[in-house]
Amino acid sequence: MKSNRLTLNLAGLKLANPTMLASGILGYSAETLEGIVAGGAGAVVTKSVGLKPRAGYANPTVVQVECGLINAMGLPNPGIDEFVKEIRQAKKVLNVPLVVSVYGFSEEEYAAVSKKAADAGADALELNVSCPHVKETGSEIGQKPETLSKVIKKVKAAIDKPVFVKLSPNVTSIADIAETAAKAGADALTAINTVKAMAIDPETSMPILGNKLGGLSGSAIKPIAARCVYDIYERVKVPIIGCGGIANWRDAIEFFLAGASAVQIGTAIATKGSSVFRAVSRGIDAYLKRKGFKNVGEIVGLSHRC
Amino acid sequence: MRLLDYHIVANKLRTTQIQNIKTETSTVKTFTFKDELCAKAKPGQFLMLWVPGVDEIPLSILDVQKDGTVAVAVKRVGEATGALHNKQTGEIIGIRGPFGNGFTMKKGKVLIVAGGTGVFPLLFLSRKIKPKTARLIFIIGAKTREDLFFLDEIERLCGRENVVASTEDGSYGIKCLASESLELLLCKERFDVIYTCGPELMMRKVLDSAEKYGTALEASLERLMRCAIGLCGSCVVGKYRVCRDGPVFNGQQLIEVRAEFGKSKRDFDGRKIPF
Repeated sequence: MKSNRLTLNLAGLKLANPTMLASGILGYSAETLEGIVAGGAGAVVTKSVGLKPRAGYANPTVVQVECGLINAMGLPNPGIDEFVKEIRQAKKVLNVPLVVSVYGFSEEEYAAVSKKAADAGADALELNVSCPHVKETGSEIGQKPETLSKVIKKVKAAIDKPVFVKLSPNVTSIADIAETAAKAGADALTAINTVKAMAIDPETSMPILGNKLGGLSGSAIKPIAARCVYDIYERVKVPIIGCGGIANWRDAIEFFLAGASAVQIGTAIATKGSSVFRAVSRGIDAYLKRKGFKNVGEIVGLSHRC
Repeated sequence: MRLLDYHIVANKLRTTQIQNIKTETSTVKTFTFKDELCAKAKPGQFLMLWVPGVDEIPLSILDVQKDGTVAVAVKRVGEATGALHNKQTGEIIGIRGPFGNGFTMKKGKVLIVAGGTGVFPLLFLSRKIKPKTARLIFIIGAKTREDLFFLDEIERLCGRENVVASTEDGSYGIKCLASESLELLLCKERFDVIYTCGPELMMRKVLDSAEKYGTALEASLERLMRCAIGLCGSCVVGKYRVCRDGPVFNGQQLIEVRAEFGKSKRDFDGRKIPF
């Protein structure tokens, strides 16, 4: 939907509305991303892609729990050399910014994959330093300030596109990590990735996920994510992209008030379909109009004044 | 309402005991168990079956009973199906589902084209649709006689004269492909609808024939499944998610994705691999 109240400039990216597809949901192909954009997303983030192809974990990879899903996909992806074809195709067919999510097992890998993604046309990169279930990447990078800093600096040196950093809630102080990321040059911070979790079946006494451990998403983590955004906003100046359990406009507004400039939606697509983006945008617009705001930017961090 | 935002009732994993195991052939066994949700499934829908500690696999539903009994037929093809074949009555499995859209029930003259294990959901469909049809012809094809699964039951249900069986090695019925039996039939007689399930190369030929003779088509596709609720993207064909938008697609949809249908599928790492 088009409304001046919804437009924003996110670290240099022009978005027609502040709703984005979260990484890991669909996002293998240009065609599925097209469907998400048709549903009203203001920007899309691809599945995380690495240097080499990865098959991911054995099923079950997703288990439904009260108020959310626990997943341990294991970063399945075709590798950047194959994925650049989808990036190029996506750039041809999408009329919204394309953010490519990237992971690596070393700072060099993060930089190499980011470079290839940027060269293929990605409008921005989102560094996955927060996947909670793959060893030696994801949160194992994002939980160590020194390593995280090196990764961000290496990527920033390799490309001249905006670099988003997606943070893990599975840390003692997400604000400390956010500060590290911002100092290292992150152009925006996405908060949060999934919360480390598991589910065990009583009858067989077995952990259900193939990988045993996974990450919890959905409405169960919304209050955690809102608190993380709030904490980060107190400490850093770079834009924050709120993510975690957002399913309707009220959820989105809550994140803006906590300090987010944009929001990402993922799990809610399972129940609401891709039109969830349009529904959330419409709700945000109506709220802004009712409250007399001219643009969504005016309510970012408003709860901190209270 | 909040709680419902992420809650897909059918997606919650339930554990249940295997009630009965019937050996159909040297490679296929039928497993029955109680599950109230899947017992309400329509032909063409599928479930996710968890073999604890091994894997979780998509299976089309073979039959359901009013008392909550569900049957799935499983061919031994790999680790998960092998582990399931080794299970005994009373052992525990996990179930999610039913998922997907299922076949739409059409009336009139109905033609079914089944290849290999593709017969499982089509046998379920035949049982439900038979009373509504003016004529029901069941084409069944396989590599060899032993892989013409449930042939006796199909002949009992449809009448022997309405079953066209073929094998690639000529060990039973006509020595040809199911798609060739279809072509022979369509050039003589007009049907209102074709339902098909089986190897995708076969279904691709069925689509070509359906287009040529202007016959409505519904085909049930198989892809790698993970989440089964339309999120992970593992099963996408073109713009469609097989788990959520399918697994049954009509001829028009298949034409839209003809660059992939019968040509390639996605592997575990998301790469397209040719059939």
